[in-house]
Amino acid sequence: MELFRETNIDFLGKRRFTLGLSVLLVLATIASLIIKRGPKWGIDFRGGAVVYVKFREKPPVQTIRTTLESRIPGEITVQELPQSQELIIGTELKDERSLDEARGIITQTLQERLGRTGGKPDFNNVGQQVLVDHLREPLQRASVALSEQDLRDLVAHMLAFRDRERSGILNNFKELSGVPGVTPAVISTLEQELALAPFNIRQVEIVGPKVGADLREKALLATLYALGGMLVYIAFRFELIAGVAAVVAIIHDTIITIGFFSFLDREITLTVIAALLTLIGYSMNDKIVVFDRVRENLKNRFRGSLKALVNRSINQTLSRTMLTAGPTLLCTIALYYLGGPVLNGIAFALFIGIVVGTYSSIFVASAILVAWQEYLERRKKARGSAVAVPVSNVREAPRKRSAKAVK
Amino acid sequence: MNRATKATIIFGVILISIYGVLAWWREGRFLGLPKNRAQLAENLRENIRLGLDLRGGTHMILQVRVHEALRSEADTVMERLKEELRKARIDYAAMDRNEPARVEEADLIHIMIKGVPAARAGDLRGLINERFGAWVLTAVSPTEYRLNLRPTELIALKKETVERTIRTLERRINSLGLTEPVIQAHGPTEKSFQILVQLPGVDDPARVKQIMGTAAVLELSEVKDGPFASPEQARAKHGGVLPLNTRLVPEMRRPGESGEAWYLVVRTPVITGRDLRNARPGRDEFQKWETDFTLGRDGARRFARFTEANVGNRLAIILDGQVRSAPTIQSRIEDSGRITGAANQQDASDLALVLQSGSLPAGIDYLEERTVGPSLGADSIRQGVISGVVGLVLVITVMLVYYRKSGLNAVIALLLNGVLTLAALCYFEAIWTLPGIAGFILSLGMAVDSNVLIFERIREELRSGKGVVAAVEAGFDRAFITIIDTHVTTVVSSAFLFIFGTGPVKGFAVTLVIGLIANLFTAVFVSRTMFDFALARQAQVRTLSI
Repeated sequence: MELFRETNIDFLGKRRFTLGLSVLLVLATIASLIIKRGPKWGIDFRGGAVVYVKFREKPPVQTIRTTLESRIPGEITVQELPQSQELIIGTELKDERSLDEARGIITQTLQERLGRTGGKPDFNNVGQQVLVDHLREPLQRASVALSEQDLRDLVAHMLAFRDRERSGILNNFKELSGVPGVTPAVISTLEQELALAPFNIRQVEIVGPKVGADLREKALLATLYALGGMLVYIAFRFELIAGVAAVVAIIHDTIITIGFFSFLDREITLTVIAALLTLIGYSMNDKIVVFDRVRENLKNRFRGSLKALVNRSINQTLSRTMLTAGPTLLCTIALYYLGGPVLNGIAFALFIGIVVGTYSSIFVASAILVAWQEYLERRKKARGSAVAVPVSNVREAPRKRSAKAVK
Repeated sequence: MNRATKATIIFGVILISIYGVLAWWREGRFLGLPKNRAQLAENLRENIRLGLDLRGGTHMILQVRVHEALRSEADTVMERLKEELRKARIDYAAMDRNEPARVEEADLIHIMIKGVPAARAGDLRGLINERFGAWVLTAVSPTEYRLNLRPTELIALKKETVERTIRTLERRINSLGLTEPVIQAHGPTEKSFQILVQLPGVDDPARVKQIMGTAAVLELSEVKDGPFASPEQARAKHGGVLPLNTRLVPEMRRPGESGEAWYLVVRTPVITGRDLRNARPGRDEFQKWETDFTLGRDGARRFARFTEANVGNRLAIILDGQVRSAPTIQSRIEDSGRITGAANQQDASDLALVLQSGSLPAGIDYLEERTVGPSLGADSIRQGVISGVVGLVLVITVMLVYYRKSGLNAVIALLLNGVLTLAALCYFEAIWTLPGIAGFILSLGMAVDSNVLIFERIREELRSGKGVVAAVEAGFDRAFITIIDTHVTTVVSSAFLFIFGTGPVKGFAVTLVIGLIANLFTAVFVSRTMFDFALARQAQVRTLSI
């Protein structure tokens, strides 16, 4: 099967239009960032406390919100995750100590409002040690003879069942009956001694404002250094302008991806940063493939303008571009729908990034290369000097011809 | 290199990889292959190490309040200095230290001595040089002096504070019986004084935080007067000034108690936490929970002497700057005591635990806490695996449909890449985290891309009229240059991410680089060798399934 055989599309003919589109998108991003006062940083970077809670049935968002607002001195956000009965409850406060207290208030409020545990430990949110200590005597009374090790194993099995098979929430203790070691006597003891709250606290993040700012700075610096390193390597292997064109195009990709996060009010968390790094690597890969072909065609004494040469190089690599981008996009779609809430952000960033990155390899990086060459040619003509302008590190490139063809 | 050698190398690498993933491989030693399914499962669990974000657990970063340690060091020195000055009969009007309130201000710690007669300046200087070598004396005015810690002493003291905190935290966490905890200095020690604590699968992070954060400074001091309703009241009774060598300590309020109570106690305690030999939870005569302690030999002797001489007086049991109780001494006590006021059994045993593990040299602040519940970790893994498999099947389908038999080549190279990366991470004992998986996915993406590059190139060469063998050769040679460029660029950027990035970013970089190196081997070397074998089987190759 071959989809792209000997194509000859004039990709660079409309470069004014495509570069304009890119500039427009970048400006839209900047405008959105200004209006929304910067990107919507996740708690990792902003500092704050977040509790992720999964519920058995649809959670009473409004009750939770109003109760918490009266108890916590600060803004409360209660966000529902789409397609799942999960809530993200967050608050931003100035110092670490009050964040810690806020976490305590959130869990306590949930227990009071929804738990109905009657003072008994809640099996859906209890830890192993507490459970072992709490069950030791009642099980003995129910004449379930267990050694200390047996008891530990039993509790570990029950908790593993809760977490792996039921995503942390049990509706009924009878569900445990398939677990090794769980007899009817054990179940009736559990029913007597423990409660089952209709929710499970899945994740807690508390990041002090200082650490948040620090993390943000470090992630940004590392990315900038990485881009600088790539620029130097490409400048060394190809030419300085190629390095600049690639890095400009990648910054363009990153900005627009961040723009989509801003347009859709998605949070930028530490995992999203990992996705951004991934797409920088992916996008750079794409650009090098095109540049590599340009370099090769230059070596082979291509006859025609640089624009025509670059255009031909893009056409030659089009098949591979599409074949790499296509399956990768399919993978990100799979990740988006099947990967769950944690991987969802990664998948979103990758999807946008791959589309924009593929676009920018052709319409931004290559266009910059051609635009720069044309600028040099024009300047040379204006000065009327005979100084050779390097097109590439291959000195025999047919420069005179290309100069004629451009004008 | 002929085909047989290449094939041998490839099989060798595959075997070593599979061995690395499956074998029992602990602390640098191979302990053999698994003998049954249970062992296999256990080996896989041990070899493929999951980060806290995948297996569940608590990750914390805390900061040691080193300025507190410096403040108390200055206090000790001031007590000693006053004593020495008295002995040497050097007069002074006042002595005080400053209050560095934040970690960043710790280095500013100093002691001011005012009103020293100008004639005794030389004696003071001599005394400091001889007895307080860690401190430097500077004259601010003819009668006023400032004492600063030497820079080397400052560094040593701060370092020691962090190290002692780490040791104490280790003891506390170990006695909680948590498995595989990580407690280590985080970031540059001389600047940030941070400690990283990672507790896999911890049940109750709030309780662990409470236990780790308790300073556990225990003091038993003689009560001079009290209780008073306020510090002002206490001062008023003593003519506005507190008696020499005493201080005011508030009593701990229990839930339901209102108002305040302050005791005037002797500044130097009879017994401190260091004199403890043992502590354990117990119940008093009313079945209320308390923490009982026993003293070491030295402490017991001192305590016996003190209680014998002070029958009828009161003794304050002070924990972390709060009076827990102030009982009257009924008779001589040898070596035991108790701290009342625990809310429940857990409270009492937690207090026993922190007392046993010794006090913290300074308070700690929690800068960061991330707790991932076990159910979320399990869900993340399951969903990640499902979407990974779906993605893989999609990619394999596209490759097979589009490149037919050559696509099979790519699929084998891709799967092999996965195995090699997995094995390398096992051998390096690296930890899989979510960002690490992102790096792995990128490297697999680049693996597919390498194959696509090669195949497209071969097709192009075939179109330009070359024979099959020549086209395969040219295709690999040309594509190799591109592959090297893309890979080296990514490795360069990953190196920067590794050097300058924080934990998660580092994990991303490590798996990515390992995946890329594996890819150079599989996509270029292995795939090429498979083509060689396929082409060699036919005497005259006319067609290629691509």
